[in-house]
Amino acid sequence: MQAYLGVDVGSVSTNLVVINEDGKVLVDIYLRTAGQPIKVVQEGMRQVAEAVKDKKIEICGVGATGSARTLTGVIVGADTVKNEITAHAVAASHLVPDVQTVLEIGGQDSKIILLRDGVVVDFAMNTVCAAGTGSFLDHQAARLNIPIEEFGALALQSTNPVRIAGRCSVFAESDMIHKQQMGHPTPDIVAGLCDALVRNYLNNVGKGKEILPPVVFQGGVAANVGIRAAFEKELGLEIYIPEYFAVMGAIGAALLAKEATKEKQKTNFRGFAVSTTDYQASSFECKGCPNHCEIVNISADGQLLARWGGRCGKWDTVQQMKTG
Amino acid sequence: MKITFPYMGTSHLVISFFLKELGHEIVYPPVPSQKTLSLGVKYAPEFACLPFKILLGTYLEALELGADTILTSGGCGPCRAGYYGEIHRRILHDLGYPVKMIILEPPLVSPRDFLHQLAELVRPKGWLNFAKQFRIAWAKLKVLDELESTLHKLRPLALSKQEITKVYEEGLELIDQARSVKEVKAALEEALSRLHNVPIDPYCQPLKVGLIGEIYVVLEPFANHDVEKLLGEMGVYVHRSIFLMNWTRDNAFGYGEKDVRAAAVPYLNQLVGGHGQNSIGEVVRYAEQGFDGVIHLAPFTCIPEIVSKSIMPAVSRDKGIPVLTLFLDEQTGQAGIQTRLEAFLDLLRQKRMKQEAS
Repeated sequence: MQAYLGVDVGSVSTNLVVINEDGKVLVDIYLRTAGQPIKVVQEGMRQVAEAVKDKKIEICGVGATGSARTLTGVIVGADTVKNEITAHAVAASHLVPDVQTVLEIGGQDSKIILLRDGVVVDFAMNTVCAAGTGSFLDHQAARLNIPIEEFGALALQSTNPVRIAGRCSVFAESDMIHKQQMGHPTPDIVAGLCDALVRNYLNNVGKGKEILPPVVFQGGVAANVGIRAAFEKELGLEIYIPEYFAVMGAIGAALLAKEATKEKQKTNFRGFAVSTTDYQASSFECKGCPNHCEIVNISADGQLLARWGGRCGKWDTVQQMKTG
Repeated sequence: MKITFPYMGTSHLVISFFLKELGHEIVYPPVPSQKTLSLGVKYAPEFACLPFKILLGTYLEALELGADTILTSGGCGPCRAGYYGEIHRRILHDLGYPVKMIILEPPLVSPRDFLHQLAELVRPKGWLNFAKQFRIAWAKLKVLDELESTLHKLRPLALSKQEITKVYEEGLELIDQARSVKEVKAALEEALSRLHNVPIDPYCQPLKVGLIGEIYVVLEPFANHDVEKLLGEMGVYVHRSIFLMNWTRDNAFGYGEKDVRAAAVPYLNQLVGGHGQNSIGEVVRYAEQGFDGVIHLAPFTCIPEIVSKSIMPAVSRDKGIPVLTLFLDEQTGQAGIQTRLEAFLDLLRQKRMKQEAS
């Protein structure tokens, strides 16, 4: 069977999916990046290889996305390397063809994507504040000693959510501590936090955007039923959460890989052996000018594969030799 | 008097020429870098905008190199930048640099102050020499803009982006060396013909994107992560709304930019400082000229551009032109900018494909 692999390496999680010709998900893997993108991609590849071992699946195309997309693209031999905004939009409109709004909240990024007639017409990403993203929720859950998986359900138990300032994560935290010390029950605080984060998202990322249904909510934070309920309350719209909400970026990358290989009829995929190749990343500070750029070298089994990080073109030769 | 001045795009080529010919010794500050920004951040108020910090860093670097006088521009109206020269002076004095600031205010707004400051610059060689050198400097300003806009047209088509950038930089060098109006013109011709000799793909139909926003972050590559070059290398034709020459002319010798401001009136009928009103007007005009999209650059906390950004969705919807606003601050990671630009270009490509299909 012909299949396509999508790899999304983000700040917090790394996701890999294999889809078939019709875009149906055959394998989905969710791992923590833990600051080790190369290792985690290799581990993910090992798990994918394991999952498809007996299924006669042939990988005909690979797509990479996420903040480590360039690095990932080199390691796996991607046919397409796409930004995560486009990847998320592609995946959402594949699963919900008439989608008009995509809310995506991941580990450190949150985005809103507006589509009309299947085409992206506007988008925004959080810029200066990470309040409301997965990392912040993780942190608060840990502080309240609640497993993150139960965080959302706890919020739903609340009948009287407290008011928490969502403008800034530091202030939100001090507000929460204050409410705790006043004796408010934990469900009310958690629900108040969900409301605050949704308000912050809509004021910040969603500012001036026309949010029309159907609305799809995806990214790791979509697992949180409390946030979902807060969105529904604030927007007065039904929120649709796709089955594979946590790996939508990877699905988008796989769909884009399918598109990209349709024309050229071959793939750059380096095979599952990449999980055992010895990849090494090294970096040095270029002293050529006062910018002191940090240049990164990626090599496989001692051979230089790619190099990037400079502001000028001086160190880009390896990359260009490969693509050009 | 050892005089220095801040960088903004290619303006230093004209300013340094002019100052030299007026009989001053020049101290070139280093081109803005991470070090410049770190210095600026360290001594600037936290809430000041990116241009303020880069300029302060530049001044400190130049003072270390022996400068004792700084030439900068003033301004008026609701944008804070009008006070920057004065605040910079006080900060530098507090830091123990007895530096002298020559702040050129807009001549039509404060003619006496302008002439007073100018006289200081003209003194060593007199007004006759000033008139003569002014003609040459003006010619340089004009040809620099022409060379740059040609680069913008050709860069997306060029087969080797590295080569065209190199040829352009050679052209700047030629113009820098010219010492008379005639030489300036000859330098331009030579530079243009070299640019046109770089092999291009004549069938390429690049996306057309307008670049608007606050003047300093639009003109200074260090402040905007070299967004023009980045886009050009991604195969996009970038038209910049602000060029040195039209800006200088409109602001120094007349209340110009009337067309742009008129175009903004249905959405914003008054000045909000800086380039806020222009930004709105320029989006309207780019839409009318058939551009695919607009990229809007602003320093973080810039009030004029915060005003224009909040009006942007209405303009964008009415005129059917996508606008991407990028607020620029101390973050030096280029990844965030790169991601947003890539996604924006995907959006524009899809839009164009859809238009062509219907």
